[in-house]
Parts: sequence; structure tokens; C-alpha cells
Amino acid sequence: MVLAESGFSSPRNDAFPAGLRVLVVDDDPTWLKILEKMLKKCSYEVTTCCLAREALNLLRERKDGYDIVISDVNMPDMDGFKLLEHVGLEMDLPVIMMSVDGETSRVMKGVQHGACDYLLKPIRMKELRNIWQHVFRKKIHEVRDIESLEGFESIQMTRSGYDLFDDGHFLSGDDTTSGRKRKDADNKHDDRELSDPSSTKKARVVWTVDLHQKFVKAVNQIGFDKVGPKKILDLMNVPWLTRENVASHLQKYRLYLSRLQKESDIKNSFIGMKHSDLPSKDSTASFGPHKAMNMIPDDVPNGTYSFSASNSLAQNVDLKGQGDLKGITSAPVAEPKGALSIDIHDSHEAKSTQMSFDHSLGSVDSAVSFASFNSTTPLQYPWTEIPEIQFKQECEPLHLENGFSQLPLPGPSMIENEANRSRIEVKPLLDECRSNFVEHLGPVGAEDLFPIQSKSQSLNNQVFDLISATKSSMKTQDVGLNYLADSEFALRNLNASGVGVPLATLSEDLQICWLQGDCYPMNYGLQDLECSTYDNPGLMAETPFHLYDVLRFDHEHLFDPTEYYAIDQGLFA
Amino acid sequence: MERNPIRRQLAIMRQSLFDQGHVDEQFVQLEELQDDANPNFVEEVVTLYYRDSARIILNIEQALERKPFDFRKLDAYMHQFKGSSSSIGAKKVKAESTLFRECCKSGNGEGCMRSFQQLKKEYATLRKKFGAYFQLARQAGPVETASRPK
Repeated sequence: MVLAESGFSSPRNDAFPAGLRVLVVDDDPTWLKILEKMLKKCSYEVTTCCLAREALNLLRERKDGYDIVISDVNMPDMDGFKLLEHVGLEMDLPVIMMSVDGETSRVMKGVQHGACDYLLKPIRMKELRNIWQHVFRKKIHEVRDIESLEGFESIQMTRSGYDLFDDGHFLSGDDTTSGRKRKDADNKHDDRELSDPSSTKKARVVWTVDLHQKFVKAVNQIGFDKVGPKKILDLMNVPWLTRENVASHLQKYRLYLSRLQKESDIKNSFIGMKHSDLPSKDSTASFGPHKAMNMIPDDVPNGTYSFSASNSLAQNVDLKGQGDLKGITSAPVAEPKGALSIDIHDSHEAKSTQMSFDHSLGSVDSAVSFASFNSTTPLQYPWTEIPEIQFKQECEPLHLENGFSQLPLPGPSMIENEANRSRIEVKPLLDECRSNFVEHLGPVGAEDLFPIQSKSQSLNNQVFDLISATKSSMKTQDVGLNYLADSEFALRNLNASGVGVPLATLSEDLQICWLQGDCYPMNYGLQDLECSTYDNPGLMAETPFHLYDVLRFDHEHLFDPTEYYAIDQGLFA
Repeated sequence: MERNPIRRQLAIMRQSLFDQGHVDEQFVQLEELQDDANPNFVEEVVTLYYRDSARIILNIEQALERKPFDFRKLDAYMHQFKGSSSSIGAKKVKAESTLFRECCKSGNGEGCMRSFQQLKKEYATLRKKFGAYFQLARQAGPVETASRPK
């Protein structure tokens, strides 16, 4: 579904709350249409989208383009709660959840994840009329910081007027420092007695991927247990950031991590990924998609290899190579997409890959790992040990010591009840792959490895990039990636040049929805979005998504979120 | 009471939809959203609903062909379907979805099958009624305001 247009980035001119810029996310087209109409009737500016990933894209593109997000809880590509978390962490916008399910536990979950409200479907228009209060409330808390902005003396720090809101909004929207403004909140406290002494007041800081990475890095440096806002702030060395900003972000981060911890029950059925010690990169770089270059040119230290892949992939894949599966060649790939570095150790304990496979992450991981195995092992090491190779699941920090290293945990977290089901389904494929390994030192039938399902062009692109990345990296090693080309996936359209392949050529027919055995041809049109993924929201972008967000893509667009999704969806089908 | 015979007929049809429990208050919400900018809003939404939900119905059907039943998946599908049905106020259909979900939760395969059959019946009946209703509505021309059911 396409989003409607709306004026972005510019603060509302009309009297608040008219013109409130709302982003509605719901996979149900009927509801999307109804909500859009309802919101328009409230004189709000509405943008709709039916995929969580799309929503995040939009939000990222226009950091200050929206005032509030309304999202359904159940969506095919991503759990609504995850989206909620991301929006909260990155954009700090109020998010309202919706669902036809009003079970207390669900509502509680929503609140726990930071939703400012939870609406039950069917939604009445009168419920939508008042959503502006959430925006206003947040503004009040932020106004303090806004005050210090230049030329802002006139701001009336009273709780009454809209003007307060407008000014605040205006400031936060047009800030020259691109959305981050800040200064020491301490000064402001005195006369601007604004509102409730809410402890959560914070400046409208936009936690970009870069910023967040700095944060995570600092956290890890200090040691998660000993961390404190002041210490983090000092380490981060971001002049305009305040202790309050960091404190509130830390709070969210902690919640996020603890949630991940709880969800993780893996241990043995997880493929985590260890980032390789790429010499050319610093820790963050090797993982960060924005670093583009994570490849070690030709220099393949034992036990490590890296190849371009989506970050998400990288994150969840932990290849503990067995036996001779040592270093993988890494080709320098100026991959515009995220680069992934994977450590392959000579461990023999890798568990059956089936574990994490059921999840999208898992799928992706396995796909990636397979790809890497396929492509690299033959190169340097006898492949005889392949059968023994098992992927050890590791919940190790993926991100090179990044705080979000916890992200791999999401992998395990993905393994929820549904996991068992999918696991079983994945297994046969795995076994097949394994046997392929044994038989071929070279490329393995890609068809088996990449039964790809694509839900959208972007998905194709994602996988495509992954493939091309691997491909190019492989090529340098003279590893035939023919199998990739044989993949039923749009690899046919794959431009052999690797990076930067024109994604547009990707066929849209690929859409075989493989999900837990539910195979339905899917059209690109989201209308027909196969709901088979519905039952496994977690399958989609759980961990990788987190990672993705952290690693984020900057304007270089190293990592396209849709790619991630694609990989999740289609890489390993 | 409408003077225009078509409008009168339309009003009667509409009323019976409510009286027979086919639609609920949400339908009125849709009617209230209809305006000059979207003069056929209700019909558009209902059409969209039938188009989209057909897909879900198909999924459920296929899922019911696989034994043993994957109750979790069935429940998830039905959850989706229920959400969708709530959007147009399809009361009976929605009620049947709830029953189906309960059967899923208790692992009652037989109950699921029966419930699903019933649901499909209601779904089809409603569709026919809507078809006739909107056809007449188009003949009647634009109506000013929606009238609430008694």
C-alpha cells in the first residue's frame, strides 16, 4: 500500500491540533482506509502505510515529519511492539497501538513497550479526535529545553496555550541542528516553571544510528553494570547532548535489553554472529552498515571472514565454523548495503542450524552462513569437514562491542512458540544443504539454499544485495557463485557486477511465500500480502531489525531496512 | 420517512441490516464518514473488505485442509479476519470469528470446522445483502445524513 502524501517537516501552521501529522500503520487495508478518513475528518494530516518497515523508513526520512504514530499490534513484517520500541528509541514520538484484541496482557505489553495509548478496534472517530493530547503532553516536557534556543525568549512557559505547543513544535521542527538541540537543561529549570516535575522530560533529541552507536559504545566501554548517564555522556563526547538525554535513553535501552533477555531462551538453538576482527575497522565499523567497508581485502585471517550482507544477517549469524572451516575470504566490497563480518571458528560444536532457522533471522542467518560456507570454504580449506560444521549458536554481541550487541539476543527471542514449528520445517532444508556441502566443494545448488520468498521488490533487493555481496566477495576468491545464480530468486536478474545491481530488474514473481510451510504465491501488491507471516510476526524482523536500527543507515544508505526484511523473508525459504 | 420510493426502500433495507444483527454501530461510523469528498465511501470500504478478507478466508480454508490443525495459525488468521470484519461492523461474522477462535484456543478441531462453515455462510449472506443495498443506493443517489437505527 502506498502512503498518502502529506506535508513534511514543516510545522503545522493551523491552530493546533488541526494539521497534526499522523502516521498510520496497519496491514489491514480496510482499516487503513477508514482511519485515514477519520483522521482527515479531524483535520489531521494523514500518512498511511501498511508495513512497519515502510513506516520506519518514512519516519527516518523525515525526522520531524510526523507528530504521532498510530500502529496496529499485529503486522506481518514486524511486531507492532517492536515498531513501537524503535519509534520510541529513535524518534521519540508518541505511539498509539491498536488492536481488535483487548486482552489485558496485550494492553499491558503495549504500555510496557512505551505506547502512550492502546485503542480497541473498532475505533470510533471520537477516540481519534483526542490523540493530539499525547503530542501536547510530550511537547510540554520538552519545551524546557526548547527555551534555550535562540530567539525563544518569548515562549510562554505556561501550561495553557497552544502557542506553547506551537512554538515548541516549531522549534523542534526547524532546529538548525537537524533535530537535535540541546543544551544543558540545568539552566533552564529555574524560572521556566513549566509543568509537572516529570522526571522524563527530555529534549527532543533524535537518536540517530550514529548517536545511538556512540551511546552503545560508551555503555560497553564502561561496562553495562557500571554504567551511568554521566559516564556515558562523558565518553560520548557529544557537546550538545545532556545528561538528561542520556539518562532517558539509557532507561529505554535498559528496558529494551531486559525485554530481550527475557525473550531469549535459546542457547543451543541460535546462531549468533561474532564479528570478525576486521583489521580495517574499528569495532563499530565492522558492524555498522554505515561503514560500508568491512571487508578485509584478501587478507583472510584464520577463522574470520567477512562478506557483505545485510546487517541483519550478520547480526544473527554466528558461524562457528567447524573443522577446517576457517577463515573466509573477504572481499572488499564496496557494498552499499550493510556489510557483515562473520567469524568462523574451528569449533565443532555448532549445533544444528535448525534452531534459529525458523525465525526470519534464523533463516537469514542460515542463508548467509550457507552462502559464506559455500563460497569460502572451498577456497581455502578442504571442504571435507563441512558436514561436521554446525553452527553454534551464540548470543554474542554482534556489534562489535556495541551495546546493542545484545541484539543477537533478539535472535533467540525470535524463537518463540512458533519457533518449534518452523524449526522443523527448516531442518530438512538444512540437512539438504549440509549434504550438499559434503558433496560439493564448490557451489551448492542454490535452489536449496535460497528458496526465496519475496514479498516485495525491496525484499528482492535485499536478498539481491546479499547475494551480490557474497557473490562479489566470492568472486575474488574464484568461488563460483553459480549456485546463487541458479536460485529461483531473482538472482537471474542479478547483475553480475555485484554491488549496486539494479534492483529494478528483480522479478516480482518470486513471491513465494514460504513460511512455515505456507506457500502462497504472492503478488507484489500488498493487498495480497500473504498473511502466513502473520502468525509469526516475530519471524520477521525481530533482532535483525534492532541491529539494523542501531547500525542504521545513514545517507549513504548502506543498509536498506527493506533489505533486511527481504532477507528475513526470503533468503532462506 | 422517505418520500422517494427508492430511498424508502433503501431505508428499509438498511434498517433490516441492523435489526437482523448483520451490522452494528461501526457501520454507522462508516456512514458518517461518507461526505462530498467521498460520496461512496461506505461502498468502497465494504468492497475493500470483501476483497481483502477473501484472501484470509482462503488461507483458513487451506489451513483447515492440513491435518493436524495448526491451531495457532488458524487463530492468527481468524484474528486478522476478525479485525477486518470489525472495520465494517459485520456483527454476525465477527461473532462467529470469536467462536472460531475459542475453538482454536481449546484445540477443538470439529468446532473450528463447524464454526468456519457457519462463518462463511454469514459472510456470504451479508455480502449479498450489501450487494443489493449498494445497488439500490446508487440508484437512489446521494443521501444527506445517516440515520441512526432505532
